[in-house]
Amino acid sequence: MKRMWRGFFDSDLVYHFKRDKVAMVSFSILLTLVLISFSAPLTAPFDPYDPLQIDIMDSDIPPTWSDNGDERFLVGTDAQGRDMLSAMMYGTRISIVIGLFAVALQLVIGITLGLLAGYVGGRVDAFLMRVADIQLSFSTLMVAIVVLAIFQASLGADLYSEYAIFMLIMVIGIAEWPQYARTVRASVLAEKEKEYVDAVRVIGFGPLRIMFRHILPNTLSPILVISTVQVANAIMNEAALSFLGLGMPVNRPSLGSLINSGFEYMLSGSWWITFFPAMVLILLILVINLLGDWLRDVLNPKLYKG
Amino acid sequence: MFAFLVRRLIQAMVVMFVISLISFSIQDNLGDPLREMVGVSVSEAERELLRDELGLNDPFLEQYGRFLSRAIRGDLGDSYFFKRPALEVIMEKFSATMELVLGATLIIVTLSAPIGVYCAINPRSWLSKTLMGLSIVGISVPVFLTAIMLIYVFAIHLGWLPSYGRGDTVMVGFWETGMLTRDGLEHLILPSIALSSIMLPLFIRLIRAEMMECLEQEYIRFAYAKGLDQRRIWFLHALKNTLLPVITVGGVQIGTMIAYTILTETVFQWPGMGFLFLEAVNRTDTPLIIAYMIVVGLIFVITNTVVDLVYGLVNPTVKLAGRGA
Repeated sequence: MKRMWRGFFDSDLVYHFKRDKVAMVSFSILLTLVLISFSAPLTAPFDPYDPLQIDIMDSDIPPTWSDNGDERFLVGTDAQGRDMLSAMMYGTRISIVIGLFAVALQLVIGITLGLLAGYVGGRVDAFLMRVADIQLSFSTLMVAIVVLAIFQASLGADLYSEYAIFMLIMVIGIAEWPQYARTVRASVLAEKEKEYVDAVRVIGFGPLRIMFRHILPNTLSPILVISTVQVANAIMNEAALSFLGLGMPVNRPSLGSLINSGFEYMLSGSWWITFFPAMVLILLILVINLLGDWLRDVLNPKLYKG
Repeated sequence: MFAFLVRRLIQAMVVMFVISLISFSIQDNLGDPLREMVGVSVSEAERELLRDELGLNDPFLEQYGRFLSRAIRGDLGDSYFFKRPALEVIMEKFSATMELVLGATLIIVTLSAPIGVYCAINPRSWLSKTLMGLSIVGISVPVFLTAIMLIYVFAIHLGWLPSYGRGDTVMVGFWETGMLTRDGLEHLILPSIALSSIMLPLFIRLIRAEMMECLEQEYIRFAYAKGLDQRRIWFLHALKNTLLPVITVGGVQIGTMIAYTILTETVFQWPGMGFLFLEAVNRTDTPLIIAYMIVVGLIFVITNTVVDLVYGLVNPTVKLAGRGA
C-alpha cells in the first residue's frame, strides 16, 4: 500500500502537476467545490428540502452586504424564501452527482461496445460504428430535450419530477457512448497488432480476459482525457435541460433549475437568484475543462477527432 | 461515389424510419386524442363508436401504415392548440430559427478563421495567449447564461438593444424575414451572439490545433525550402488542409446549434421552432411535437449527407464508400 502511494507521488502525472500553477489552482477549486457541496447536509445553514424551514416572509432578500440584506442569508433568498447559499450547496451536489453518474454510464456502455467492435471486428464492428455515426450526428442536447420532453408529457410533471435525476443520468449517459466507443475501438485496433496480445493468446487466455485485463489498461490515457471533458459537458447539458424545465424540479433544484427560477425575477431586479448559481456553474465547468486541457497536454494521447 | 450516395440514402431512410416509429408510438400515448376532440361529456358507447370510426382500434401495423402514408404527403395532423395543420404552424416559424442560425454562423465564420489562424501562426504572442485563455472560458459558459448576461448588460443595464422578440418583419415571397428592417436586425444581434458564444471558441481552438499540426508537416518545410513566400505558405498551403477537418466538425455542430436555438429562443422569446416546441411540450400538443421532431430530423439528415458529400469533393483522397466502416 505504502509503495503504491510512493509510486503515485513519483509518477510523471504528479511531477507535471506540481509544476503547473493553473492545474493546481483548478484542482484545489474543484476539490473545494466538491467538499463544500457534498458536506451540505452537515454544514448548510438551512435544509432547502424541508418546507418547515422556508418562510415566505423571507422571500427576495438581497445578499447581506446590500441595503436590505439579512445576516441570516449570506447571499440572499429566492422568491420562495429559500436560503440561496444552502440551495446552491445542495444544487451543486446534484449537478456533480448527475455529471459523474452519467459519465460512468457512458464509460460502461462505450468501453464494452468499443472493445467488442475493435476486438471482434468484421460485421459487428461495421454495425456498431454505423450506429455510433448516426448517434453522433444527432447532438446529445437535442436528443435529450426531445426524449425528456416526451417522458415529461407522458408521465405528467409531478410524477416526472420524482424520477428526474434518474432520467437525466440515463439520457445523458446513453446519448454519449459513441465518444468512448470510437476512442476505445481506435486504440484496440492499434493494440491488437502488438506482440503481447499474441503472447497472451498463445498462453490460452480467453477473449474476455484479453480484452479487459490486457488491452483495456493500455487504452486508459485517452479515456481519462475524454472523461474530464465529458463530465464538464454532462454538467453543462444537465444545467441546460433543467433551465428549460425538463430537468430537476424547483423543490429539488440543481444549479440549472436555480438559474431558471431566478431568471423570472432578474428583470424585476433580483439579480442574486440568478447570478450566484450561474457563477458557481461556470466556475465548476471551467476548472474541469482546465484540468482536462492540462491532462491532454501531459498524457498527449492520440485522440479520435471528429 | 454512386455506392456512397446509395449507402447514405439508406442510412438517412433508416434514421427517418426510426423517427417516424417513435413519433407514431407517442401519438396515441401522449394524452387521449378523443378527449382532445370531443371533451369529457360524451358517453362511453359513443366514444367506442368514434374510436372505431377513427381507426384507433385497428392493428398496429395498419395504423402505422396510415400514419406513414399521411406523413409522406405532409399531413401530420392538426395542432390541438392552434387548430391548424401542425406542419404549417412549424413551417411558419422555420424562417425565424433559420435566420438566427444564419446570424450565428456569420459571426462564427468571420471570426473563428482569422483568430484561429493568428493563434496558430503566433503561438507565443501575448494576444494569442489571451485569446486562447478567453476561449476556454467561452466554452465553459453555457449558452443560456451568455444569453441572460447579454440581456442584463445590453438590454436592461445599457438599454442599447431590444431584449426579446423578433421586431418588425417583412414577407419576401413565402419567407418572413427580419433581416431587411432596422428593427429586425437590432433584434437579431443579441440572440445571434448568444447562439454563437459556445461554437466560436470551439472553432477557434479547432482551427488553431489543426493549423499548428499542418505547419509541422514535411510539405510545409519543403515549401519553405523552395523559398516560397511565407504568406503564401500560410494561407494557401497550410490553410487548405486545415479546413478539411473543420468541415466535418462543422457539419456535426450545425445539429448542436439547432439544439441550442431552443435555449436561445427561450431566453429571448424568439418566435422560432424551438420556442414553439417547448410551448407544445407544456401543452402536450402531440401533433406539434411530432412535426417538430420530423422537421428537425430531416434537417439533421440532410446537413449530414451534404457535409459528407462536400468532404468527399474537397478531399479527393477520401474513400467514400468505406468511410466509418
